[in-house]
Amino acid sequence: MPETVWILGAHMTKFGKHPDKDLVDLASEAALGALADGGVSIHDIQVLAAGNVTGGPAGVGQQLQKQIGQTGIPVYNVTNACATGATALRTSILAIKAGEADLGLAVGVEKLSGAGLLGVTGTQRGDDEPWHPSGRFGNVAPMDGWVGTETMPGVFAQIGLQYLHDHPYSGAPLELFARISEKNHAHSTLNPLAAYTKRMSLEQIMNDVMVAYPNTRPMCSANCDGAAAAVVISGAALSRLSAQQRRRAVKISASILTSDPWREACQVLPDVSTLTRQAAAAAYEAAGIDPADLDLVELHDCFATAELIHYDNLMLCEPGGAVDLFDSGATWRDGRLPVNVSGGLQSKGHPIGATGIANVWEICQHLRGEGGQRQIDGARVGLAHVIGLGQACGIHILEKAA
Amino acid sequence: MSRQVPLVSYLVLDERPHLIARQCRQCRARFFDRRNACASCGSQAGFDDVGLPDEGVLRTFTIVSVAAPGVPVPYAASVVDLAGTSVRANLVNVKPDPASLALGMRVRLSTFSMGTDAAGVEAIGFGFEPVEQAEPAVSPEGGVA
Repeated sequence: MPETVWILGAHMTKFGKHPDKDLVDLASEAALGALADGGVSIHDIQVLAAGNVTGGPAGVGQQLQKQIGQTGIPVYNVTNACATGATALRTSILAIKAGEADLGLAVGVEKLSGAGLLGVTGTQRGDDEPWHPSGRFGNVAPMDGWVGTETMPGVFAQIGLQYLHDHPYSGAPLELFARISEKNHAHSTLNPLAAYTKRMSLEQIMNDVMVAYPNTRPMCSANCDGAAAAVVISGAALSRLSAQQRRRAVKISASILTSDPWREACQVLPDVSTLTRQAAAAAYEAAGIDPADLDLVELHDCFATAELIHYDNLMLCEPGGAVDLFDSGATWRDGRLPVNVSGGLQSKGHPIGATGIANVWEICQHLRGEGGQRQIDGARVGLAHVIGLGQACGIHILEKAA
Repeated sequence: MSRQVPLVSYLVLDERPHLIARQCRQCRARFFDRRNACASCGSQAGFDDVGLPDEGVLRTFTIVSVAAPGVPVPYAASVVDLAGTSVRANLVNVKPDPASLALGMRVRLSTFSMGTDAAGVEAIGFGFEPVEQAEPAVSPEGGVA
């Protein structure tokens, strides 16, 4: 029987603009917060996994150690696009499962305020410059813009509309996706750590700047600064800690990471569904949990269009039934299965490397009964999902201590 | 006479311009870029060029209004199903407006000049344009057919 791993402590910083804090300040705040929350010190930690995507070449894990404690432990600097945080968490979990450590620390951090469109660089070609084929497509001009789009809002817009093509929808797509965004912007009004905490009306969302139809600006994840961290511990080590620590510990019932298997169209439009479905199936099996058992879900709503399809991919509804699930009101915080009560990436914000630990922190708050004004009463089981294009999908299923 | 170069190596500029895919000799998976081995089956048997039809079905689209510097907006980006092979392309010769587009509508390959460089070489781009139909494919509210 493999070792059960627990979350002993967790912390997230305020998401938003932190002009006076650098990457390592944010990582330190999250790490020290998680250690304090777990009632342990950096000297108890035997492995560190640090996730960051855009901060630069130097290892953020070692930079963090130089601020909070250089103890000589192994450090893994990980990057996995928007699944980076979940990958860091899973890396520390693996070290414990392998028996190499009893306590580990996972940190995810990003500085993204004002970053604009991610993943595309644009072009400044002069009028007379020679047409020169290059790269694996032998293209003479950038693929992005000339051969469809590589912008994230555009990619996920197409993913969302394709779902409505595969499962015909008679309503107006713009309004449907705006209503999903309206939910998350309403949820974040109860989350003081969210980047945006103002409620937005459906009309405001629909009439805001169009980025890539049907995604308007509030329907896109918010680039911001932030960090999150978690202390993980083996069941054996947890049993030696205080009753208070054991009571607040959260069981990691499943920790799954997948990449995308080849599918016919995946080379032209990322297939974010297959790897999510495979991760979800593996997670439910590992946890012995049915989707119907979930009390709350934090899923990767990098765009409003993404949230809809992940209802289906995470099997929160019947296949093809994502619109019906949303229209039933189930995914609002007072519904049957609250989704993104934190405000999600659209409103809480999406500092890429931090996201996959921040959503785990959110679930922990509810399972511990420490969710404050946004507490989902009686929550016992929650699921946290992230996806990084390229691609990687991380899913963690968490359970309240018995 | 002017020389021409295609926007991408998988656009063939002959009397009837068309797209080609590189098909795995083992499992027949199709690719547009150069691959070291097959991503579908792992075979190293190599690839053969196969021609694609120039007409297909619009599987999904978006209207990009915010893009990287130097990319003219708005434009319609899409995925087109060419008899089972999906390709990524802009939609051309149609207003980049959701009211002018419908999922499932038939589209056809179209090429256009991207300009001529100082050496007199003209780059030829491609996109897909709506096929004229007796019955409009656009639903009344301009959304999904």
